[in-house]
Amino acid sequence: MEVALAVTIGLFFTVSIYLMLSKKIVRILLGVAILGNAVNLLIFTNGRLTREVPPIIGVDHMVPENIIANPLPQALVLTAIVISFSFFAFLLVLGYRAYQELGTDDTDEMRQAEPREAPNPPQGY
Amino acid sequence: MAKTSHQTVDLAQAMVLAPVAAADWLVITPIIITIIGGAICLMNRKNTALQPWLGLPFLALLVVSNIFLLRHVLENGIVTMVMGRWYAPFGIAFTVDSTGALLCLTASIVALAGGVYAVADIRKTQRRYGFFPFLLLLMTGVSGAFLTGDIFNLYVWFEVLLIASFGLMILGSEKVQIDGAVKYALLNLIATTMFLIATAFVYGVFGTLNMADLAVKAATVSPSAPILTIGALYVLAFAMKAAAFPVNFWLPASYHTPNIVVSAIFAGLLTKVGVYALLRVMIMILPGVLLDLASVVGWIAALTMVLGSLGALAQSDLRRMMGYLVISGIGAMFVGVSIGTTEAVSGAILYAVHSIIVMTALYLAVGVIGRIAGDTDLRKIGGLYRFDHGFAAAFFILALAVAGLPPFSGFWPKVILVKASLETHNDWLAFAILLSGFLTTLAVGRVWLHAFWRGGIEGTPDGVLAVSGGEARQAFIVGDQRLMLAPVFALVLVVIYLGMMPEPVMSVALQGAADLLDPADYILSVFGEGAVR
Repeated sequence: MEVALAVTIGLFFTVSIYLMLSKKIVRILLGVAILGNAVNLLIFTNGRLTREVPPIIGVDHMVPENIIANPLPQALVLTAIVISFSFFAFLLVLGYRAYQELGTDDTDEMRQAEPREAPNPPQGY
Repeated sequence: MAKTSHQTVDLAQAMVLAPVAAADWLVITPIIITIIGGAICLMNRKNTALQPWLGLPFLALLVVSNIFLLRHVLENGIVTMVMGRWYAPFGIAFTVDSTGALLCLTASIVALAGGVYAVADIRKTQRRYGFFPFLLLLMTGVSGAFLTGDIFNLYVWFEVLLIASFGLMILGSEKVQIDGAVKYALLNLIATTMFLIATAFVYGVFGTLNMADLAVKAATVSPSAPILTIGALYVLAFAMKAAAFPVNFWLPASYHTPNIVVSAIFAGLLTKVGVYALLRVMIMILPGVLLDLASVVGWIAALTMVLGSLGALAQSDLRRMMGYLVISGIGAMFVGVSIGTTEAVSGAILYAVHSIIVMTALYLAVGVIGRIAGDTDLRKIGGLYRFDHGFAAAFFILALAVAGLPPFSGFWPKVILVKASLETHNDWLAFAILLSGFLTTLAVGRVWLHAFWRGGIEGTPDGVLAVSGGEARQAFIVGDQRLMLAPVFALVLVVIYLGMMPEPVMSVALQGAADLLDPADYILSVFGEGAVR
């Protein structure tokens, strides 16, 4: 099971890095989204995969009766999902706004902040 | 508690039952103050006249709280507070040592200075877009990162400060700002994701996320565990956050685009949070890995310093130039990490304190220059000495400080770092520090020469006095914009104090470095006396 998930995570990372190497903002954003999911799966797998029951303690007990699944990676993944999802939403809006304002989604053409012909500083006094 | 159970439960085995000492609450007050302040400012977002009156008291309160926190830590040693009263490592711990408290205090001082400057600088519409709420929430993230004792929690604070910084970055919604924000946001998000990847592996290897617990377990980890991979990922992630070469290019692409006060606060705080995280993780938790990576970090440090100052030399726009000076300073802090002796690490901490103050002050001063001259392009500025002698002197002091010349704040950390490099036979690192200092001196010296000393803008004949920016200057002199000068002068006073009386801060930095290198007290603080470890 770990092997299958490890291969899946590797594929996710490959795809996301390939997409993020693109010049187009939309592709980069898709890459970022996939990267987030790759990391979530990575955390999950790092918490060890167990085919155990959910981490719920019965009404009459103070401690779990049998072995239970590790709840901590799930909590971590949940946190990471919320964060990466909200960042993705923000970046989508930012990317769209950049397309509206700058008229391009090609990062090579986005030269407003760093113009190609930046002047040299004064050479003499 | 659950009375349906027939078993009796001894809660004392799982929870701290004794009430928390009143002074220990100081550990968490920076977070409480900034979150409450941010929420109140957010609720009154549309009342733009009220915003500074709501925001500034909270920022001042933050400074006061951090002063008490630093005093508390210096008097009583490292303080730990575990959330929900669970025993560490099960609860999320906030552990404050002198490094964290010192940087937290410095950060809150520049945030207050930035807040005061913003009263005069930030327009009504931008206040409505939420400058003060974002600033306070940014401080939540920064304080949390400096104070937390849990590595996943550190990641969460990174994200808190990151999302707040996005809001600040695009405050004006201008074209350049959106262009800069796209690059800033994407690359910083990737850096924090890298941090998260490394943290996932840390959890897989050690089964814990508490930093004290990690420091214990990392010392005896099995050699087959992939800790070199983890360490390399952390170095890459934090180097990217700190804008070290070769992953620094987001900084000069974005830091000159937002409002100058936003740039000032970013330049002071954000990169230094990356350096702090590097110190905490690599020096305290993974010192064994750092030994393997020391030469890599050393090369990163040397190249960052020299290329940063060369970049500063090549810029005509003052705001873009300042971005390169930030990068150059990051290199000096990496030298301390690379050498890793107590002295070198204390030099890095001291340099971080100096850099937070000086870079914020320089950006704010550039903002004043921009207001007076109506431009920040060095070719279009001149004769400012005539405008205000005091301001010219203040800028001169800041220029000397950032170049590391005595008797100001940049001198002492550089002395410590050069000495530590020579003592450990890293002569080339000492040479790189001095070379970068020389190049920085040229860059800032040229700024002072052109902007303040010459008669007027480029092309003004010799012997003619003409201060640039006629109308802009008039507006500055008569308007309430003169308030902008107050934070600049206040920070310059701090710079002079740090240069003339380095002893108190230096001893705090030494204490912090000793605690990072030998985390015995840190671990004791988290687990208590009785814990068998």
